[in-house]
Amino acid sequence: MSISSSEPARLLVVDDNKVNRMTLSRSLQVQGHIVETAENGREGLEKFRSGAFDLMLLDIEMPVMNGFEVLEACLNDFDLRQIPIIMTSAMEELDAVVKCVELGAEDYLTKPVNPVLLRARVSASLEKKRLRDEQRKLFRTFATKEVAEELLRTGFSLGGQIVTASVLIADIRSFTTIAENHDPSDSIELLNQYFSMMFDAVTRNGGIINQIVGDGLLAVFGAPIFYEDHRERAVKAALQMLEQLKTFNEKQLAQNKTAIRIGIGITSGKMVAGYTGTQNRAIYTCIGDTVNLADRIEEYTKEALRPLLIDENTRQGLPEYYKVEDLGKIVFKGKNQAAHVFAVLE
Amino acid sequence: MTLIDMNVYNMLKEATGAEFIHELVNAFLEDTPVQFEQMRSALAAGDSEVFCRAAHTIKSNAATLGANQLASLARELEKIGREGNLAVGSRLEVLHEAFEQVKNQLDELS
Repeated sequence: MSISSSEPARLLVVDDNKVNRMTLSRSLQVQGHIVETAENGREGLEKFRSGAFDLMLLDIEMPVMNGFEVLEACLNDFDLRQIPIIMTSAMEELDAVVKCVELGAEDYLTKPVNPVLLRARVSASLEKKRLRDEQRKLFRTFATKEVAEELLRTGFSLGGQIVTASVLIADIRSFTTIAENHDPSDSIELLNQYFSMMFDAVTRNGGIINQIVGDGLLAVFGAPIFYEDHRERAVKAALQMLEQLKTFNEKQLAQNKTAIRIGIGITSGKMVAGYTGTQNRAIYTCIGDTVNLADRIEEYTKEALRPLLIDENTRQGLPEYYKVEDLGKIVFKGKNQAAHVFAVLE
Repeated sequence: MTLIDMNVYNMLKEATGAEFIHELVNAFLEDTPVQFEQMRSALAAGDSEVFCRAAHTIKSNAATLGANQLASLARELEKIGREGNLAVGSRLEVLHEAFEQVKNQLDELS
């Protein structure tokens, strides 16, 4: 047998039978992998928790803790859940194997393990893991760990659904003026610092950044994962943005650099959310009246001279301790109905 | 009927290397008497769980090395143990006899 074509991986073989452990680990080593072994379920779980493994081969019938219990413990662990587990069992235990695969085991092999099948199943599982890891990395660049997991779990198909959520739109006031007074690299640097503050506030409150256009950003709270308190999360994120910006501006002014002022508009309600674009390039986005209104309200911060404005729906979902000021009903351009606008006080 | 299925044995040899299969056979030959010992004392104590587990180990190892007849004899005993009724008759002696024969052939092969 030649060395495996796939990258060497760190594998854990858990089996109470010495001959099985020897056979499996030797076959996998010959295929180019790094292998560790454990003699029972508990030892296996402990090793699996402490070591950075790429895959586990797990026997079902074992003393101390059986394979079924180990599998369940791994699937209940946020980090271990990401690592593929291949069950190994005797032919007669097929019922148990089916149960394991239904629970979430990646695959199974019957013993005695055929070396060709072993190689094929291990390579396929590792490849699937690699793709999932890459996807996860990609998702995490614009969403929290939890949202990324949700996207991975449910998959993302192009096509929308109606969700109830809150939309936050933030824009820098007169960024152009600032840009004209800086050389281009300084402007980008400033923008990056600004976005990292804004992203932080959004993801910390469970939101995801949907779009960045120039110096503006659109974030959504409550989709794709629904949160009952999506309104409060959005307002909290906005208040944190303003707070962080205040600190940032103090530092900027101390160094004789430009301060940034922003306007934020938040609306809540039903909207169409989904991935738009093509299979190669798609973004998660929200559209609909709720989103349009957020845009108008954000614009209105200039006139209202208040940095954070929200609509009536958002106001209704906010706990009492948020202080708001009623700005009355405003008729926005392109809208037939007046919208009741409130300013959230810092 | 041959004692060792040479297809299985050779495939294992190819996958793990000639030197390694020697080690593996040694591990099997050392471990199996321990399993027999456990089966005998489990039988005396009426402990079907230990009996079943030891039979399971012999079955699994015999199948790995291609000793199919030995594996199926052990499988029968494992089944009896699983049912909790340790009426094994002369099956344990038959199993032991089969193991001795497999042992001789493995000695020649490896």
